[in-house]
Amino acid sequence: MPVIHSATSFVKIGMGHSGFYSPGTKGRIRRDGLAVADTLLVARRMPQPDMTAQKTDQAEIDRLNDLTSRVARQRDRQAFVALFQHFAPRLKSFLLRAGMEAGAAEETIQDVMVTVWHRAESFDPAQAAVSTWIFAIARNRRIDRLRRDRRPTIDPNDPALVPDEADGSMETMLVEERAAELHRAIRELPPEQADLLRMAYFEDKAHSAIAAERQLPLGTVKSRLRLAVARLRKLMAGSLEGETA
Amino acid sequence: MTNTPHHHPDSDLLLAYAAGTLAEAPSLVVATHLALCPHCRAEVAGMEAIGGALLSADAGMAVSDGLLSDVLSRLDGPPPAEAPRRRLAPVGPAPVLPEPLRSYIGGDIDHIRWRRTIPGLHEANVKCSGGAVRMMRIRSGMGMPQHTHRGDEFTLVLAGGFSDDTGHYLRGDFAATDPSVDHRPVADDDGDCICIAFTDAPLRLTGRFLRWLNPLMRV
Repeated sequence: MPVIHSATSFVKIGMGHSGFYSPGTKGRIRRDGLAVADTLLVARRMPQPDMTAQKTDQAEIDRLNDLTSRVARQRDRQAFVALFQHFAPRLKSFLLRAGMEAGAAEETIQDVMVTVWHRAESFDPAQAAVSTWIFAIARNRRIDRLRRDRRPTIDPNDPALVPDEADGSMETMLVEERAAELHRAIRELPPEQADLLRMAYFEDKAHSAIAAERQLPLGTVKSRLRLAVARLRKLMAGSLEGETA
Repeated sequence: MTNTPHHHPDSDLLLAYAAGTLAEAPSLVVATHLALCPHCRAEVAGMEAIGGALLSADAGMAVSDGLLSDVLSRLDGPPPAEAPRRRLAPVGPAPVLPEPLRSYIGGDIDHIRWRRTIPGLHEANVKCSGGAVRMMRIRSGMGMPQHTHRGDEFTLVLAGGFSDDTGHYLRGDFAATDPSVDHRPVADDDGDCICIAFTDAPLRLTGRFLRWLNPLMRV
């Protein structure tokens, strides 16, 4: 069934950006309504955030950002090597879980990292975290390699594109901060949701195939994934409430 | 204020698109909705961020010793070749069909080669892997035969509008139906309704008089 998004969905902030989100204007308008009740409920149930882990996340995100901008601006090979050392093992795991053979996975890692080198200038830290940018490059390469079909995408310059609503009034929550929140929120997911979420991203499988593998009804897989995404939104919204209070 | 859609794909569908596991045919309908829906674009961006966070959180696996030097030796060479992307030259100022659909059609709405299927309905297949995608043009005010689905059907309105039991759908609105939905969509009476639809199994006519047509329904 079609779904009308609730107030606590991802809403981008800032001008013309779609790479980040917050419980933006829509959430705020409805702060007297159900959305707030939901958020508070979740905030109360939430375990105390592990501040040390969160600071480590933040430091790591800042470091990766800095490395990428050194590659972009100074063509800094040492910074590139550090990016490789961080991402190559993770990409290998990502590609092997998608069913690639080790050789093909390493060739794909080469392609991804060489693309990172060539396209570093197009990386915009105001739009997304480095890991998000590299995830998207790796995902597209994986589709090329495994399926050989196309992934239809929008053209940002298309005259028929309905532009983003400008939310110039929103305070800008830095993308790096959002990314650190997301890391924490993922650690706090219930295990059965985290398991399916990892499968949905890492294994090149339709949700029906995931259902078969986990011996769950398709409806259960879909609803757990929806819950996981909704929960990540709420956990992030909850921690934002805490910060602004 | 531009009209933005009121009916959106379910989040598990957007998730499959963001994760890169959705086949080309349903992706075409989802991506065409994204062109018309800033809200879902932000959703997908958020889901890509989840992918990035999952990638970061992974423990990783050792890579071969020579991999780094292989990569370094390629840095001064050309960037890796990418799958060719269909993109047409810019069209007029306000095309009806957004990208990526326009490139699949080979132009705007006047490039569609319609064929009549049943009275009041014209269709045109869109070449795509991973399922059947077709354009539909329903004559203004016309009701489609009562039908249900053997699998999933995703419909996106591009011009005009239609209504069924589940609501009223206008440009940019996304309707998802499955075998539990038995409906009779009726086009708005203020102009032809043009849609793109993905189906992964043939429709099944359920109205009393049109069941005999079932063997003739190709999609």
